[in-house]
Amino acid sequence: MMDVERLETILTQYEGYPQDLIPILQDIQDQYHYLPKDELKVVAQRLNVPLTKVYSVATFYKMFSLVPKGRHELRVCLGTTCHLKGGQRLLESVSSHLGIEPGYTTADMQFSLETVGCLGSCAQAPVMMVDDKYYARMTIDKVTKVLKLYKE
Amino acid sequence: MEEVGLLINGIYLKVPQGYTLLQAAQQLGVDIPTLCYHPELPSEGNCRLCVVEIGEHPRTRLVNSCTYPVEPGLNVQTHSEKVLQARRITLELLLARAPKAKLIQELAAEMGIHESRFKSEDPYELCILCGLCVRTCREIVGVSAISMANRTPGKLVTTPFLEPSDACIGCGSCAFVCPTEVIPYIEKDGKRIIWGREFELVRCNICGNYIAPMAQLEHWAKLTGEPVEHYFVCRDCR
Repeated sequence: MMDVERLETILTQYEGYPQDLIPILQDIQDQYHYLPKDELKVVAQRLNVPLTKVYSVATFYKMFSLVPKGRHELRVCLGTTCHLKGGQRLLESVSSHLGIEPGYTTADMQFSLETVGCLGSCAQAPVMMVDDKYYARMTIDKVTKVLKLYKE
Repeated sequence: MEEVGLLINGIYLKVPQGYTLLQAAQQLGVDIPTLCYHPELPSEGNCRLCVVEIGEHPRTRLVNSCTYPVEPGLNVQTHSEKVLQARRITLELLLARAPKAKLIQELAAEMGIHESRFKSEDPYELCILCGLCVRTCREIVGVSAISMANRTPGKLVTTPFLEPSDACIGCGSCAFVCPTEVIPYIEKDGKRIIWGREFELVRCNICGNYIAPMAQLEHWAKLTGEPVEHYFVCRDCR
């Protein structure tokens, strides 16, 4: 069932113009870790934009997801520099630690794993991100330590 | 009306300001192939088949003629070697995208292309993502029941969440405008099926022939301000 109040606290921060669409979707993504269908329908109605527009935007950007993501989102960089510095091996290590392939979420909904093209921190390659925190000059040894910080 | 003078294939002509290069060329009788262009719809420049070469040698560039506005003194080449080369590559790419689309095959054959060098992801694909259906639904019909979803290579035209849409009125304009006839549209036994939704067709009160789905009649009524009953009689009987 939809949590009306929870969505309302997000929507009331905006004036309800069509150009508020992306910020609102970002807020929903942050709080819910995905974009639930019913909520998107309410957003479309409230901003007076067609549902098709909301759906287009929600499926276009990689930062939005229509399926639930884990509490923590891991992004392993596979940009050129990180790739040369062993990003692929880092990814494999994280992947086997969590037991999931990139693009998936662990069964306990704690972690989602994604790959990205560049995190803008090539000098410190290889880089990975957990939520909004950078982990630079990663090594496979460090993976366990980093993941431990986020495990319950 | 202010006029702009420009050169198309070396011929000087004057057209109203705000015309696109494509409109100017058409006025001159120059045939530029198009796929995603429709005179009744805003141009989006999706297919890139209508590219033309503008500027003075050696500083020329290719632009979409359907979206580029006329400029005073602009030198336009519609069938230069550079343009034809670009169109051939575009057609090869389109042919790889939608190998079974008849219109694409025909256009490609006209340019002497019978197969594509590029790998085809799906040999049965027909959609070329020109967006005519999406624009028709939004601009002409005014309901916006379908749109593009995802990003290439997964981009496709669909209803929200791939479900039957509440906004759809079952008019079939999208299927009608589609140049490659990819949108499934079935009409039989008083029913019309489109985008996964089934519409009961309303019968004419006089001749008994099927007219259109109720949702479409209601949409007409809303647009014209007439009561919906006004449309329960088909156009031939009215």
